[in-house]
Amino acid sequence: MLVARELSKEYRSGENTLAVLRDVSFSIPQGSFVAIVGPSGSGKTTLLGLIAGLDTPTRGKVLLDDADFSSMDEDQRARLRGEKVGFVFQSFQLISTLTAIENVQVPLELRGESGAAARARELLTRVGLGDRLDHFPTQLSGGEQQRVAIARAFANRPRILFADEPTGNLDSETGSRIVQLLEELNRESKTTIILVTHDPALASRAQRIIRLSDGRVVSDTETEQAA
Amino acid sequence: MAGTRQLFGLAWRESRTARRRLLLYMSSISLGVAALVAIDSFSENVIRSVHDQSRALLGGDVAATRNAPSTKSVDSLVDSLSARGIPSVTSTNFMSMALVPRTGGTRLVQVKAVAPGYPFFGDITTEPARAWSELQSEHNIIVDPSLLVTLNAQIGDTIVLGGAKFAVRGTLLSVPGDVGISAAIGPRVYIPEKYVPETGLVVFGSRAEFERLFKLPANVGADFFVARFQRRLLQGTGGNVRGAGYNESRLANAIDQLHDYLAVVGLVALLLGGIGVASGVHAFAMRKIDPVAILRCLGASSWQVLAIYTVQAAIMGLIGAAAGVVLGIGIQFLMPLALHDFLPVDVEVQLAPQAILLGLAVGVWVALLFSMRPLVALRRVSPLQALRRDPDAQALRAARYDPLRITLDFAIAASVLYLGLSRANTVQRGIGFTVAIAAAIGILWLSAAALSWAARRIIRPSWPFPLRQGIASLYRPGNQTRAVVLALGFGVFLMGTLYQVQHNILRSLDLRLGQARANVVFFDVQQSQRPGIDSIIRAGRHELVDETPIVPMRLASINGTPVTDILAQIDRDRMSRAAGRAGPDEARGGRGSRGGPGGGGRRNRGILRREFRSTYRDTLTESEHIVAGHWFTPGRHGALGEVSLDTSAAAEMGVKLNDTLTWNVQGVLIPTVVTSLREVKWQSFSPNFFAVFDPTSLAKAPQQFAILVHAATPADIAHLQRDVVANYPSVSSLDLTLVQKTVSDVLGKVTMAVRFLALISLALGVPVLFSAVAATRRERLREGVLLKTLGATRHQIMRIMLAEYVLLGTLGALTGVVLSTLSGWALMHWVFRVEFSPAVVPVGIVALAMISLAVAIGLLTGRDVFAETPMVALREN
Repeated sequence: MLVARELSKEYRSGENTLAVLRDVSFSIPQGSFVAIVGPSGSGKTTLLGLIAGLDTPTRGKVLLDDADFSSMDEDQRARLRGEKVGFVFQSFQLISTLTAIENVQVPLELRGESGAAARARELLTRVGLGDRLDHFPTQLSGGEQQRVAIARAFANRPRILFADEPTGNLDSETGSRIVQLLEELNRESKTTIILVTHDPALASRAQRIIRLSDGRVVSDTETEQAA
Repeated sequence: MAGTRQLFGLAWRESRTARRRLLLYMSSISLGVAALVAIDSFSENVIRSVHDQSRALLGGDVAATRNAPSTKSVDSLVDSLSARGIPSVTSTNFMSMALVPRTGGTRLVQVKAVAPGYPFFGDITTEPARAWSELQSEHNIIVDPSLLVTLNAQIGDTIVLGGAKFAVRGTLLSVPGDVGISAAIGPRVYIPEKYVPETGLVVFGSRAEFERLFKLPANVGADFFVARFQRRLLQGTGGNVRGAGYNESRLANAIDQLHDYLAVVGLVALLLGGIGVASGVHAFAMRKIDPVAILRCLGASSWQVLAIYTVQAAIMGLIGAAAGVVLGIGIQFLMPLALHDFLPVDVEVQLAPQAILLGLAVGVWVALLFSMRPLVALRRVSPLQALRRDPDAQALRAARYDPLRITLDFAIAASVLYLGLSRANTVQRGIGFTVAIAAAIGILWLSAAALSWAARRIIRPSWPFPLRQGIASLYRPGNQTRAVVLALGFGVFLMGTLYQVQHNILRSLDLRLGQARANVVFFDVQQSQRPGIDSIIRAGRHELVDETPIVPMRLASINGTPVTDILAQIDRDRMSRAAGRAGPDEARGGRGSRGGPGGGGRRNRGILRREFRSTYRDTLTESEHIVAGHWFTPGRHGALGEVSLDTSAAAEMGVKLNDTLTWNVQGVLIPTVVTSLREVKWQSFSPNFFAVFDPTSLAKAPQQFAILVHAATPADIAHLQRDVVANYPSVSSLDLTLVQKTVSDVLGKVTMAVRFLALISLALGVPVLFSAVAATRRERLREGVLLKTLGATRHQIMRIMLAEYVLLGTLGALTGVVLSTLSGWALMHWVFRVEFSPAVVPVGIVALAMISLAVAIGLLTGRDVFAETPMVALREN
């Protein structure tokens, strides 16, 4: 369960205070597939940063399975991310000096787990890249890179996965297959998926859509998928 | 948490593409490590070689050198020692003119007249090889090869020394303990000692050294022998008795001093290399912002991030230091070649494991400390950077008071202090060391900062755009201008100082020779020979510049206390001091070391025992002036004569104004009072004296003369010397133009040897410059692309870069030139006491070389900036 409670984020520059998020609250049960949508500048990425524990709110709280992100220091949050959170980014964010399998191994190695290579191979095979294990990111297509990123995101069996415009850098057909992969993994592993996008078609595949505008939640609705 | 093995693995894999670049940054320390390893190993080798060859250096276990010939009592002591299994062998050493009648060539030489069996240890090798064994058979002479060249002679020719003729049997190849350079000052010749009386050159009062080498049985220690027989062997004449260890410790001291100086240079090079590492690693850290942000998103803690990159830096630092060690070992093999002419021993080069390990450890440590300084900022990269990327400088903004960074700064300072302390024997010297290193880097840093600041201030809007843009580039964010200026400046500074010193010493020599009106000096001229030599000079129409009387004498007493008593007191004091060091019990019995009979401060034994060659005259010369008391009172005829002393000699004697000194002039005692103290410019080529007497006191004493002559051409000089030597073989002469040539030869060889090390420091600039240029590559690329999209041609971009590197090189060179001029001035003023004139041309050439180097490296490293199309470069971002 992820709970956001009256989240606000303000940036101060000189005398002026710029409020990017204002009193955002919601709770997301385990295993849901939620889309956060809104126009450019509405505060989507800021909200993602806060609920994923990458940043701290000016006011309010973020609870992931009752653990309070906002009361932790950076390294405690890093540990919690390593245990429970996965990420998929618009620009893939693979480490360019590592091969596909090595990229997937990283979260496991950071936690000191054994059998990282076997697990990474299994995940890459699951996303259809069993024959691309030793390729470097530059040797892979955009869709392939994003699938490596998804395999990496699932490496530590996360409770929650954040996807920031995961199809933004892909053509529509490839993007569609990526979302399909996310849906399958959501069903198989009961991992909560939070998708940030401004693409209505993509958002419609989620079970619930939280709409942001000007830093506030303007609507929070369930879709047909919820059934 | 990740295990160490996993973290290492991740670090190693992650470094894949950056390894070569990191290694380049780390190569900055290689040269410093190389210098340290080479210097440490070399001095260890020299000291070991000196130790191994110490008996060969001396020729025996103990050498006794007297300033007077042997006496009956010495002979009977030597006989009884020989009977007890302690043999000895003698040699007589003196200066003489050598004349080759066939060619008419003359030259002042050092004669070593040796008895059969000389020396006990060490081999004198000759060409042909049998020449040495045949030396004693007839009137043979073995000479320095250079002498044959100067005299235009060959093997088989006859050489005349005084009244004796010798046949040249061979040339010297090597003599143990002989420093190659000494042959340049006075070529050596070896003759059988039994023919010395025939030459007629060693008579009462002439300057000769009488040496006796002893060979001790295994159960007699050299120190014991010296202590037991020193007094009886010397009998109060000037001279000394020393064991083989004496040379060893003297040489070890000299090597130590050289080693200290070079070690400071090496450590400064290492630390500047460290600064180069910091520049490069800073650039490296900038490139690692993205992977760090991802790692942070994936749950890496700040310490894991730091560990990953520190491991990478440490491994590359190890490789960089190891490369330095290999280079250092290579240099160590070359050093004996470069310094061959200055070393008294054949240096046997061996690997010095301690020096190698120390160099490696110090190198890795410096690389680690200096690379961690920029790396700690990676701890603070926010995982948010993976979502929304800030510019590099902002993403990597280090906290102002990062405690880890401050700790690192302290660790760097502590390491420098530790290195200083560990290299010096005493805490005081260690601190001196550290201060010297800190001052060198501090002054370089300040000048680099000041010049960079000034460059920014002088930009004018009217200047062409590429030039203005080039200057502005020196201040772009993350610029490494000061580090580069520092590294370049250091090389120019060392090299420039070398040239300044060489130039000024040679110049002052030229100046003094120009001022000296004479170019030939005849000395050891007896009173009876004077009219004859005068007529030779007149006949040749040479100008007689001056005739100076010289009276040999010794000091008999100071204020009524005999010098022998003062010397005995100094010996007693020295022994009680030595006992004081041995243990506290004996120390209580010791007496104070000062205030012996006759009073005065701490006295120098040497000056009390030496033979003074004094003169008398009624006027001061141009090379001296009175600093205390007054010049002689004309027409005064008191009971006491008057004497004027050189100030430093007076200080060493422990003598003040108005003290009475009694002199022994060949048995006649002459009492005098010190009426003045003079400061003497000893470097001038006119005859100078420690003691000058009033004209009446010495007029009747037996005396010799020094005659100064000016001859018009080199041929005139040669003819004059030949004529005088042919008629008066005991008279020595010196061609001052030859002295000038010799000094410049010697200086040339010294600077050759030191330049070798200065070149290393010059090369230091290369990796540092590479690192620094790489550090700003991304900004440079971005800026270049932007300029291109705004319509800049590749040619313009290249001109901007050219302006930037010419400026960087100029700033570095200028820093070095300014500092080398200052240090050159300081050395001339305080050490050599010579008026300073800047060496413009050679230092200018060094500066130009440095600027070209900077431009070449800059354009080479930055070539992709103007070569790439905007699209390719934009994609890179």
